Amino acid sequence: MTVSISPLKLSVFRGEADRGEMVAYSVPVREGMVVLDAVLWAQANLAPDLAVRWNCKAAKCGSCAAEVNGFPRLLCKSPVDDYAGEISVRPMAAFPLIRDLVTDVSWNYEVNKRIPEFTPPEADQHDPEPWRMQQVDVDRVIEFRKCIECFLCQDVCHVLRNHGRTDAYFGPRFMVRMASLEMHPKDGLDRRPLLKGDAGVGFCNITKCCQEVCPEHIHITDNAIIPLKERTADAYFDPIRALTRRLGRRSAG
Amino acid sequence: MDTAYETVETDVLVIGAGGAGLRGAIAAAESGCRVTVICKSLLGKAHTVMAEGGMAAALGNVAGQDSWEAHFADTMKGGKLLNNWRMAEIHAQEAPDRVLELERWGAVFDRTHSGLIHQRPFGAHTYPRLAHIGDRTGLELIRTLQDRLVHRQNVDVHMEVTVARLFASAGRIVGALAYRRADGGLLLYRARAVLLATGGAGRIYRVTSNSWECTGDGTALAYEVGAELQDCEMVQFHPTGMVWPAGVRGILVTEGVRGEGGVLRNKDGERFMERYDPERMELSSRDVVARAINSEVVAGRGTDHGGAYLDISHKSPDYIRRKLPSMYEQFLKLARVDITKGPMEVAPTIHYYMGGVRVDPETGATRVGGLFAAGEVTSGLHGANRLGGNSLTDLLVFGKRVGEAAAAHALQHGKAGAPRSPEVAEAIACLLGPLQRPEGESPYRLQAELQDLCSKYAPIIRDKPGLEEGLSRVADLAERSRTVGTGGPTGRVFNPGWHTAQDLRNMLVNAEALFRSALARKESRGAHTRSDYPNPDPSLATLNYVVSEGTEGMTVQGIGAEPIPDGLVSIINRSYEKYTPEETE
Ligand SMILES: Cc1cc2nc3c(=O)[nH]c(=O)nc-3n(C[C@H](O)[C@H](O)[C@H](O)COP(=O)(O)OP(=O)(O)OC[C@H]3O[C@@H](n4cnc5c(N)ncnc54)[C@H](O)[C@@H]3O)c2cc1C
Ligand code: SF4
Ligand code: SF4
Ligand code: FES
Repeated sequence: MTVSISPLKLSVFRGEADRGEMVAYSVPVREGMVVLDAVLWAQANLAPDLAVRWNCKAAKCGSCAAEVNGFPRLLCKSPVDDYAGEISVRPMAAFPLIRDLVTDVSWNYEVNKRIPEFTPPEADQHDPEPWRMQQVDVDRVIEFRKCIECFLCQDVCHVLRNHGRTDAYFGPRFMVRMASLEMHPKDGLDRRPLLKGDAGVGFCNITKCCQEVCPEHIHITDNAIIPLKERTADAYFDPIRALTRRLGRRSAG
Repeated sequence: MDTAYETVETDVLVIGAGGAGLRGAIAAAESGCRVTVICKSLLGKAHTVMAEGGMAAALGNVAGQDSWEAHFADTMKGGKLLNNWRMAEIHAQEAPDRVLELERWGAVFDRTHSGLIHQRPFGAHTYPRLAHIGDRTGLELIRTLQDRLVHRQNVDVHMEVTVARLFASAGRIVGALAYRRADGGLLLYRARAVLLATGGAGRIYRVTSNSWECTGDGTALAYEVGAELQDCEMVQFHPTGMVWPAGVRGILVTEGVRGEGGVLRNKDGERFMERYDPERMELSSRDVVARAINSEVVAGRGTDHGGAYLDISHKSPDYIRRKLPSMYEQFLKLARVDITKGPMEVAPTIHYYMGGVRVDPETGATRVGGLFAAGEVTSGLHGANRLGGNSLTDLLVFGKRVGEAAAAHALQHGKAGAPRSPEVAEAIACLLGPLQRPEGESPYRLQAELQDLCSKYAPIIRDKPGLEEGLSRVADLAERSRTVGTGGPTGRVFNPGWHTAQDLRNMLVNAEALFRSALARKESRGAHTRSDYPNPDPSLATLNYVVSEGTEGMTVQGIGAEPIPDGLVSIINRSYEKYTPEETE
């Protein structure tokens, strides 16, 4: 591990919705420091009102999502010695800015309310015995349940980020959510009409940008979205899914 | 200065959206109340999300001989019998139902071969008892409850809203003052019942596993509105936090590592737990293991960075990555250590507040009418030392009970009274004060000084001169904090300097309660160890130190606990059949 003695050059976006600029701070480096430490040091010592979200500083809560040198990341999971030279931090671009690094992610919470909750079939609901499930069946959904709702995948998805189609597509995070419900061994609902309709699974054209940034290494496209597309396509026609089928089934993880 | 506020009316106001708050809110909503939940962070990010190892419940899925009695006995012994026995009894009896209920709401757990919920061994639990999913059980609990909650009727969630003051009138709670982080707007909540579920105060220490939110707000708010606190000297040091590199110091290494077979060694390669607890070794209770590591370091047998080695690399890499995925990732990413190949370096870190608001064991009621509390903000269940896994089931068991009790209270009592306007005006002035003092001292500096002094003067091993010094320094800081600023900028839109000044106020109340209670308890028991009183004093065995606000400031009083009924004493003293695991890798 390298011990760096020269201070770190950190530049952080400062500002509110319509105006803002990158501001440079010089931050002393400690071994093992992550970018969040650097931002918090600047906050405590140089810029007391620097707005940043964080909770756990252990990559478990998904609060500290931002863009580091242009790449969407968790600030608390980005060691500064991964970067040579200056580190620049900007807020996620897909969401409205509140201030500095903090964005308004409330849309995501509204979307979640529109996905019907876990609902076991009647018989299971009233089964007086504890449920039995096999580990292999559980393993199918465990991957999706690792999601820490950092919304980094939402941030990079071009449907939301570039085309602003929050009206048409729920985004990769909620495809993962739907997959975790649809593939739960004890769930009895059919969310395919929603997937095809309001959730807009058809808008995903499998660029896989989302799964590249997922800090939990969830194979969002391969294991959640493509199988969901296949499920809906059994009932409806989806041109992109037809294409992937022609290209051969993917498997990952 | 804009002192305008919006008024929000509700039946049950739930403050906190960790496990306790969410479970409480669901219970209150299902009882037919209008519920408003407020939390300092975004929904789903509360401290609970970090919980790793699992939730303790005597399901008996792995060890068939487990029973609520055995769980109760372990909890009481682990807590050195200082626990509220009735809470421990309720917890042990109801935990299995709450875990199964969570599963019915969609939570996913690892399975046994026969398809039941798998349970892993944990420190001081006689049987494998922790239902878990890998090492991210807290996330599963939070996500399941969060989803259940937002789909209930009559529930509003106000995220990134912080309560700054509670109001009571004629001995009854009537409401709360809060501010919204996003725009600095003020909110006055009027409620018939308030459920406090604000978690612990682990952030008053420098080296901690706790999230930034754990600034002890609930204990301070309850204290100021007339409730009692208890056992504030009982602060749990988790034996295994990360120590190196410096930037990650304090981050938790789950007890699950030891549960899965990890061993502790000092720098000479000696498995030192043999000298401290040859019977239970690494799976001894947390107070014992934390003191053991501390003693090794003090005796010069620590690692280079002042800790011990924790090694699981004798298990297969595949097993480690499956059972401890987050730990594997955490060390690889943050310490560049591959735990499938070599040991981790660990040392004690502040972890849990056994002390907190004093409540009725059945309902979580405080002595202020309509004010209830559940979860880490309360005291009683864990006594002088909490067993791993008992917190998550605490949240579920008491979250439900207390949510129902708060709802019942709200439904019985008519429209909530109104907070008195001079009190509201005073609370607003106090809240906005730092924004009017751009020249005031930096809240970040005061907070850092407080963290350093708690770490220095209320460490694992305490003594009178240190505690007295700590107390007097807390008083000095409290004085300085009266004129604290925001660090300079005085905007109200997401201004963390202003927020930190609010947190500081609460942290100071918690620190004062800690030092006063630690001075009062002249013995060593559980998590509270005093070098000047190294042994337990039997005459203090059933005494709780209770903190309340007197006319002259904070007072501490020893109050005798209700004796443990004979039937439960015999359950505690019973000998439980030893469990020998089959090797199942
Ligand atoms: C790393 C780690 C691992 C752990 N692992 C385990 C484990 O495996 N098993 C186990 O049983 N226990 C474990 N614990 C302990 C357990 O997670 C906590 O004790 C428990 O989650 C506390 O839950 P809670 O609901 O009481 O409070 P919290 O989860 O702390 O939630 C508090 C809530 O209150 C809100 N709040 C606080 N102040 C205010 C205010 N002023 N205004 C508005 N809202 C406010 C916060 O925003 C938050 O929503 C672990 C703890 C840590 C740190
Ligand atoms: S794969 Fe689909 S969801 Fe993921 S970024 Fe591309 S379009 Fe968006
Ligand atoms: S799927 Fe991954 S990237 Fe998307 S919100 Fe969840 S954890 Fe973040
Ligand atoms: S602070 Fe929790 S994920 Fe970074």
